[in-house]
Amino acid sequence: MKALLATVRRDILLALRRKSEVLTAVFFFVIVTSLFPLGIGPEPVLLKKIAPGILWVAALLSTLLGLPRLFAADHLDGTLEQMALSPSPLGLLVAGKIVAHWLLCGLPLVLLAPVLGLQFDLDASALGILTLALLLGTPLLSLIGAIGAALTLGVRGGGVLLALLVLPLYIPALIFGAGAVEAHIAGLDVGGHLSLLAAMLALAAFFAPWATTAALRVALE
Amino acid sequence: MLTVSGLACSRGERRLFANVGFALGSGEWLHVQGANGAGKTSLMRLLVGLSPADAGEIRWRGEPTPSVDFRREMIYLGHHAAVKEDLTPLENLRLSAALDGVALDERTALAALIRLGLRGREDLPVRVLSAGQKRRVLLARLLTRPAILWVLDEAFNALDVGAVKLLGDLIAEHLAAGGMAVLTSHQPLPVPGGKALVL
Repeated sequence: MKALLATVRRDILLALRRKSEVLTAVFFFVIVTSLFPLGIGPEPVLLKKIAPGILWVAALLSTLLGLPRLFAADHLDGTLEQMALSPSPLGLLVAGKIVAHWLLCGLPLVLLAPVLGLQFDLDASALGILTLALLLGTPLLSLIGAIGAALTLGVRGGGVLLALLVLPLYIPALIFGAGAVEAHIAGLDVGGHLSLLAAMLALAAFFAPWATTAALRVALE
Repeated sequence: MLTVSGLACSRGERRLFANVGFALGSGEWLHVQGANGAGKTSLMRLLVGLSPADAGEIRWRGEPTPSVDFRREMIYLGHHAAVKEDLTPLENLRLSAALDGVALDERTALAALIRLGLRGREDLPVRVLSAGQKRRVLLARLLTRPAILWVLDEAFNALDVGAVKLLGDLIAEHLAAGGMAVLTSHQPLPVPGGKALVL
């Protein structure tokens, strides 16, 4: 557990030394979600209808933007090799890296979503559901993305391959995440959507670090 | 302690080496020699468990590797710098110790860096250091991470005359304290004794 926290601290410290890399993904999210209201114009009914989908798709893409760097830098300078040989289990260190990725690339999206949602004329309760759905969904995106990042590690043109590999796997999160907000706007119960998101998160939290570790060991051979 | 038998490795179609075997006991070291591309680095990677062998087995204290004990008692420094360029040497040492679950206070880390000739550089980002100094930051791990088996791949590269002698002294001290080392190098090494293995 100590090793996990040490990895989180290390990755956050590294990100703070290179703020631009983290800020790029967050700004991307802000810009993309702001372009739609500007492009479509003042049509509250239409904006309200497309808001959940747009915010979620932007969150998927912005998470994807940070993924190639998740293991690439450590792979390049050999620190990943040292992690694989460390007495601490590699799975724990990998879990730490995923947690750090979520704190840096996922959590800012969750915190910004209610502000950005205002542009789409969402009311307070809908914004609450959106934030809650993203809070459950963004860790799921980081977990699934880590598997893809590990599988494409060291592959030339890995960034495009990563998108092709990971985006289809994000579809369930997108459907239930955006679905929860749409259901709420339509006046339906959102419990089912959120429970499914939480179930997927629990499943991914259990299997994704393990699968990522296995993929990393193959990449290091 | 470390016994290797019948080790074989191939890259693609090409057989690099086969039937490599040796044993190392307390205070002994092995000099792995061979031309470029003979498979020295491949042997080191097999040895530490980064890649699987085609055949043969490696045992540490009688147990097949890689075991948790082996990982705890072995340190491998390869071709890579394995230091983060954006962090200072001190942060690098302390964070890698934390990842390994080894307690390391600032005084010990600082003493290791000073011994490696990095006095006054401990708070600069590694990015601004020279290649040889980066190498020294990595070598400081030999002092801060307790290990019995040192596996050093081309550790003498990029080092100046003083650092070569220093590393030789460190290895000799380690062996005198009952440690073991496996080294690759093209130069004659400034460490007395040692077995030779030619690939």
